[in-house]
Amino acid sequence: MADRAQPLSARPGLWAAALVAVMILGALTAVVWRAEPGGGLGPSDLAALRFTLVQAALSAILSVGLAIPVARALARRRFAGRRGLIAVLGAPFILPVIVAVLGLIEVFGRAGWVSQALGAFGLPPVPIYGFHGVVLAHVFFNLPLATRLILQGWQEVPGERFRLAAQLGVDGPAMFRLIELPMLRKVVPGALTVIFAICLTSFAVALILGGGPRATTIELAIYQAFRFDFDLGRAALLSGIQILLTTAAALLALRLGQGESFGGGFDRTLQRWDGRTRTAEAFDTVWILLAAVFLILPLLAITLSGLPGLMELHASVWWAAGTSLLIAALSTALVLIMALPMAVAIALGRGKVVEVAGFLGLAASPLVIGTGLFVLIRPVADPTALAVPVTALVNALTVLPFALRILVPRVRDIMQGQAQLALSLDITGLRFLRLILMPRLRPQIGFAAGLAAALSIGDLGVITLFADPDIATLPLQIYRLMGAYRMESAAGASLLLLMLSFGTFWLLDKGGHGHAEA
Amino acid sequence: MLKLENAIIANGPFRLSANIEVAPRRKVAVIGPSGAGKSTLIEGIAGFLPFDGGHVFWQGRDITRDAPGKRPVAMLFQDGNLFPHLNLAQNVGLGLRPDLRLSSQDHAKVKAALARVGLDGMDTRKPADLSGGQRSRAALARVLVQRRDILLLDEPFAALGPALRAEMLDLVVALTNETGATLLMVSHAPEDARRIADQAILVAEGRAEPPVDAVQLLDNPPPALRAYLG
Repeated sequence: MADRAQPLSARPGLWAAALVAVMILGALTAVVWRAEPGGGLGPSDLAALRFTLVQAALSAILSVGLAIPVARALARRRFAGRRGLIAVLGAPFILPVIVAVLGLIEVFGRAGWVSQALGAFGLPPVPIYGFHGVVLAHVFFNLPLATRLILQGWQEVPGERFRLAAQLGVDGPAMFRLIELPMLRKVVPGALTVIFAICLTSFAVALILGGGPRATTIELAIYQAFRFDFDLGRAALLSGIQILLTTAAALLALRLGQGESFGGGFDRTLQRWDGRTRTAEAFDTVWILLAAVFLILPLLAITLSGLPGLMELHASVWWAAGTSLLIAALSTALVLIMALPMAVAIALGRGKVVEVAGFLGLAASPLVIGTGLFVLIRPVADPTALAVPVTALVNALTVLPFALRILVPRVRDIMQGQAQLALSLDITGLRFLRLILMPRLRPQIGFAAGLAAALSIGDLGVITLFADPDIATLPLQIYRLMGAYRMESAAGASLLLLMLSFGTFWLLDKGGHGHAEA
Repeated sequence: MLKLENAIIANGPFRLSANIEVAPRRKVAVIGPSGAGKSTLIEGIAGFLPFDGGHVFWQGRDITRDAPGKRPVAMLFQDGNLFPHLNLAQNVGLGLRPDLRLSSQDHAKVKAALARVGLDGMDTRKPADLSGGQRSRAALARVLVQRRDILLLDEPFAALGPALRAEMLDLVVALTNETGATLLMVSHAPEDARRIADQAILVAEGRAEPPVDAVQLLDNPPPALRAYLG
């Protein structure tokens, strides 16, 4: 049946989606083809599989469990700095992993603030390396995400229900059963699976804090098979296992998850009448303070320790920073080139096809795609020579699902609200892009570009497979400095990385809002 | 003459059939029960909805396959008749040049059209800064510069109060008289049809009937219309 007339075609988006699918499936096929099941899974591989599952499960449970009281406190309290704190909860998303981990080491490590405080009471220091450290870092990154997901659930409870409950005198545990528990039942499974899926593909955290037979994720095992043994067959086999895991987790997350709406919605003042007792207030205050301190301390630590080193950074750090910016620029451009037409196609109702491509980006881990691309490239070219474009491409594929989530709702609004008017005035095709879509989409494009650039600048993943000693991104350079125990330089470079990724995000996001209009 | 010949307009699963002739410069109200297909008829003529069969002609030329923007048609929708990110002069200018590359002559035309609808000197205002009535006037200014042969109104003034709506309808009559355009107007309010229409098309039960005298139709409504008018 012929469709309603539209000013834009869905075709470019379908092509982009097909291209994405071909790239990812091509890389996956190469992996499977190259895998050598002959040797089977060794004991170390099974250990990696078990560690991956256990740490991901525990990280998810801890993150969500701790997030429930924090989100509840944020939902029912109004205080100065609440909006600021909720904004800070979004920050770990673009926070470079290596920066956060350095900060966590400075706070919780053997010589860190917490361990020193514990030592004053004669207590042993917190173990930061190995299992504990990996889970701690994962909670640091995912507690804020879980808090935002659950807070969103709280905000979506209709205000009338709280009014009715207040009128009936419901408070405390009864309130929890009547309103909060049903909401949590809806939101918590989604949050758990999303965080579980994220932690499954954890690489950088495990690379820095884990390692060894007792704390190696599959992602890290792929890297080790690749880098230390140059055993492509085994790397591919591990990648195959990782594909099965992530696909299952991503399917589950898609089924259960509502998806976080980026920005918006958190400012709605939800009037509540319960929880006015002293204990309830003290409870909420303690949780908010704990969460704030846990999130802010590591960043404060890295800022303080990085300042002295920032003044005397080695030239190699600046080179690495330049490489990171170049990769980020390429990656951001790629994301927008793919995401914009795909968003249009989804808005035009071709969602199914395109969302599959976005889903593939979510299910395939960067290191698996990286391995696949390495296998594909090696017969025809020197993979290390292509480190920059390949890293940019893989980063773009990873950000694509997020970019789509940012762009699609707005594109849908524009197509529903203004497509007809534009058509009647003969504003179609490129003209529609220039006059209507791009100007109206500017804030979302800025936001998506900011995310893409910041994530790419902070990424420590596929570059580790492709880089030779002559080339490094800034996170890789920091990792090398840490490996050489040059902690002061590493801290200085980390502060630079922090400023670069947040600064780039801020600039691009602000650029989008520069001439924001209705 | 605007002519729909054995036309079947597809709107999702819904089909509207029409065999209609409207003489040039007529002012025709499109009336009928809610959901009967009034908007489908208008959107079919405007080119937003595909034809399952039949043709639409203007002055003997088959325009069934023409894109909406290529038809001799200007249209005002229920809402969203202005782009919120463009100022009034740009919004009106789109009626002259859809790529918005306006010559100084075009700018003068835009200014004159805004003055004609009573929005003199408001070129640089954005739609958000205007009242509902002013927004309607701005949309009419664009219709004025478009100079299309057919003007289709899909209840663009429905959100306005009775007095303001009557004022806008009078402005529509004045402007179509100046440009010589043929007017088709969806209406829920019989008094609007009586106010400006000389003919009326009844849309009911998936069919658009040929136009008849508006006052007569409203005075002696057939059963389908009588149930709706109450």
